Amino acid sequence: MSHTPKARAAADPRRRALRRRRLLGMLFVLPALLLLGALVVYPVVFSVGRSLFDASGDRFVGAANYMEMFQDPATLKAVRNSAIWVVVAPVLLTGLGLVLAVLTEKVRWATAFKLVLFLPMAVSFLAAGIIFRLAYEQNPDRGVLNAAIVGVHDAIDEPSPYPTARAREGKGLSGSPGEGYTTVEVRPGGDIVLPFVGVAPEAVPHRAAPAWTPEPSAGSLSGAVYLDFTPGAGGRQGQIDPKENGLPGVTVEVLRGGTVVASTRTGDNGSFRFDDLGDDAYTLRVPASNFAAGYTGVDWLGPALVTPAIIGAYLWVWTGFSMVLIGAGLAAIPRDALEAARVDGATEGQIFRKITVPLLAPVLTVVFVTLVINVMKVFDLVYIIAPGPVQEEANVLATRMWLVSFGGGNDQGLGSALSVLLLLLVVPAMIFNIRRFRKGGA
Amino acid sequence: MSSHTGRTRWLGNSVVQVFLVLVALVWVTPLAGLFLSSLRSEQDNASNGWWTSLIDPAQLSVDNYRALFEESGLVSAFWNTVLISVPTTVLVVGIAALAGYAFAWLSFPARDAVFLVVVGLLVVPVQIGLLPVAKLFGAVGLFGTVAGVIIFHVAYGLPFAVFLLRNYFAEIPKEMLEAARLDGGSEWRIFLRLILPLGRPAIASLAIFQFLWVWNDMLVALLFADSESQPLTVALQSQMRQFGSNIGVLAPGAFLSLVVPLVVFFAFQKHFVQGVMAGSVK
Repeated sequence: MSHTPKARAAADPRRRALRRRRLLGMLFVLPALLLLGALVVYPVVFSVGRSLFDASGDRFVGAANYMEMFQDPATLKAVRNSAIWVVVAPVLLTGLGLVLAVLTEKVRWATAFKLVLFLPMAVSFLAAGIIFRLAYEQNPDRGVLNAAIVGVHDAIDEPSPYPTARAREGKGLSGSPGEGYTTVEVRPGGDIVLPFVGVAPEAVPHRAAPAWTPEPSAGSLSGAVYLDFTPGAGGRQGQIDPKENGLPGVTVEVLRGGTVVASTRTGDNGSFRFDDLGDDAYTLRVPASNFAAGYTGVDWLGPALVTPAIIGAYLWVWTGFSMVLIGAGLAAIPRDALEAARVDGATEGQIFRKITVPLLAPVLTVVFVTLVINVMKVFDLVYIIAPGPVQEEANVLATRMWLVSFGGGNDQGLGSALSVLLLLLVVPAMIFNIRRFRKGGA
Repeated sequence: MSSHTGRTRWLGNSVVQVFLVLVALVWVTPLAGLFLSSLRSEQDNASNGWWTSLIDPAQLSVDNYRALFEESGLVSAFWNTVLISVPTTVLVVGIAALAGYAFAWLSFPARDAVFLVVVGLLVVPVQIGLLPVAKLFGAVGLFGTVAGVIIFHVAYGLPFAVFLLRNYFAEIPKEMLEAARLDGGSEWRIFLRLILPLGRPAIASLAIFQFLWVWNDMLVALLFADSESQPLTVALQSQMRQFGSNIGVLAPGAFLSLVVPLVVFFAFQKHFVQGVMAGSVK
């Protein structure tokens, strides 16, 4: 204002450039600030306000929506699940990433390995969801995970031979498949046939031979377990007919006074034989283990395991991230420190605990914080993997917020409160970012 | 003694190798499962596992894909995905580059305070914007349109984009800029001829990250797109209810949505990793 024309002239070109730059600066940031103001900042303010009103938005309810979060069982479940996610997933991911980063340093094909583990980062959560819905399928004939588990299980613990079989009723055996079957008391020298039905032709082993007709001999008990069913027609119930096969591999026990004295398995023709028995009264038993239903694997997407299962899918996506970031930190550790420790006779385990981990602490913190922020917002995976009936068991804050606001819940008051809670939960991360930036780091 | 430790080290190393091979197998198997399932008939998928096709390759055919391309629903959804993610990426990079330059090298009132606010907005969850912006878009006719989806994505992509580019541009040596200014270059010219070319690595990482982020998004489009403008992720999501009986549609559809990110991943590995790493602060 007090500028004389002379002073103005002296300052001129520079000041004009400065003023132009200032104007241009405002012009350049304008589009970004308009969008951020209208679509990010304004919604924050709006949501906070909206969260203080009821479902329809007509009545001011104060903090009632926030109280409801911890009273409404479905929402409380989501709060709990989110807490599980935030604790479990980042810990597992950081640990897994650390172990894999250390191990990959020891192999030559580390780059290829990192590529494979990083690949899922390119995949959408939707596709990852479909991938894991397929993998977690309960039926071991279709879900690869249960197929593997059942395979291992049956290799260790042989499956029962005839899960569907039951005894021909009224032909000498009493009991049930669940308890096993017993005969009446018999004495050595006798023979006995044990008729069964309910075995589909394809479930009978190929090695099965026509049922053996027992030949009694003194001091022993012998007999046959057989399928009392003649293909086609004919055949008498409870008797061995020419076309009837023995059932191989059935466990038969002989009991005296309620305790098992011997046990055997039937041969290909269904025969069994116990020798050297005293002259007592015995009963034969075909125990329940012959009829136990087959092991069908784990119910991954049932109510009990659905959250751990979805966290598993999340690990598949994010492990590469944590491993690569930690690997970069590992590469920055001075080699001489490690070499010196090795020369001093430190074991690999000691080096890992006493040198590597402490030097990596800053990187581990960044990985952990990053993961916490991302886990807090997890939505797609839970929404896609949890089957409809167990959706409620699997809900986290973000999915619950969606369902309450848009998915039929239609309670925008509670929905807004949930979105504000989500925002509040990431505020510490926000402060962490701003602090880190002001300190001069990027 | 030394041969002994050498031996245990060799042994330890082969244990590590075997372990890592197993881990890599575990990582590849689910993806292979999706791919092989997408090549099997609905009946095969219903009755046995995809791994049976390893022994019996006759099961595999491209019939599902042929059906997918003939049935226009998912194909038009695929084009919607392109139509949403390409403009979003261009807009985010353009708007953020301008702002990043201004925050780094131009001065205006409260510049640094405003930038700190932008840093603060980095972690704001998308969820907070859903309801208010839906009302806003409803009022101006953007709800249920491709444009609405794009604008929302641009806004929520900006904090990270501005943050990344501002920090990268700020590293450009001051002398270079002043020399250009002394030569009488206008700020606009400097931005186009100096800043953008020098900022190329950061811009590439940002573009790849942003593109994949939007390409893979389901949540935003689930709300803001209608059945005409929905991208592939939303179209597939709407089929999840019949899961089990429609693997012949879901698996090839999911694979179709994967192809572009996988190509980007293999073509731009370095920028991809950098972009994801930098973007993880979101």
